[in-house]
Amino acid sequence: MHELSIAISMIDQITEESENRGGLDVEAVHLKLGAFSGVDKEALLFAYELACEGSLLEGSRLVIETIPLVIYCDRCQKNRVPPSLYELSCPECGSPGQKIVSGREIEVASLEIAA
Amino acid sequence: MNTRMVEVRAKVLKQNDLLARDLRERFRREGTCVVGLVSSPGSGKTAFLEKLLAGLARDCRVAALVGDLATENDAARLRRATENVRQINTGTVCHLDAQMVDKALESWHLDRIDFLFIENVGNLVCPSSYDLGEELRFVLLSATEGEDKPLKYPTIFNSSDVAIITKMDLAEAAEFDLPAARHNIESVRPGMQVFEVSAKTGFGMQAVFDLLHAQLARARQPQVASTR
Repeated sequence: MHELSIAISMIDQITEESENRGGLDVEAVHLKLGAFSGVDKEALLFAYELACEGSLLEGSRLVIETIPLVIYCDRCQKNRVPPSLYELSCPECGSPGQKIVSGREIEVASLEIAA
Repeated sequence: MNTRMVEVRAKVLKQNDLLARDLRERFRREGTCVVGLVSSPGSGKTAFLEKLLAGLARDCRVAALVGDLATENDAARLRRATENVRQINTGTVCHLDAQMVDKALESWHLDRIDFLFIENVGNLVCPSSYDLGEELRFVLLSATEGEDKPLKYPTIFNSSDVAIITKMDLAEAAEFDLPAARHNIESVRPGMQVFEVSAKTGFGMQAVFDLLHAQLARARQPQVASTR
């Protein structure tokens, strides 16, 4: 369960971002989370609430957008969504997919600020 | 209530990734071949590493960092092969990060070390998110754990470079299905190199030594691009 570490890193990063912009009243944090990031969405939501206590982000919402795992198929020369997280192959031609295009993201996309 | 959106687009583990990149550059500059080891608890990481250190120490300078939640037991075991062993106790943290590695390296002369091994906390989930600056990452799977571990933990297998199947001396007793294990590894990380070993009997270890020596030779040729 490293979601707490991830939540704390997020809060540190957003606090710094807020300071750089002269202080932000953050209502929600929008996060892109790859299906292949190794981070569990539910655990992160839970950890986020805990980690926010007493921080600038206390009371804010975490909105997670799950980014699917996409591989590049060399044979089809196309981006493809593999059949599952444990079968990294092209669903059309069956070739193994070694290149991951997306799905590993743990990225703060944007902040929702009280206007 | 009105709100406005502020675009940020920041990687959450950016600090870790930047530090890992610095570490990787430093390892290359100093000519140290750095290998990370990840696996579940009890897969035989320490026994495997003990054999690696003992074998390599005959003609190379070796060192190891060992991560555990608590105790110095693993470091004590590894010190039989070399004095250059440091334990990293993570407390409650379930993985190593680049900062812990950086701190643990303090006062070590990397230019006098050929191979540095970083044994992560026994855990097949959390370490996959943290780059430690290693050149190669070995993921270990023991014959007693079952063939389907790669399917259950695809991210850690995919983020590793080489798979090591350990405890092969117990494979028959455990009715370990080796072809299925190899198939499952290939499924989550196509093209991954797989080695079968027994640290106890020494079976298969020579192939791992050969791989490491080849990697060291590459690490000492800065003009050749590395695998990571």
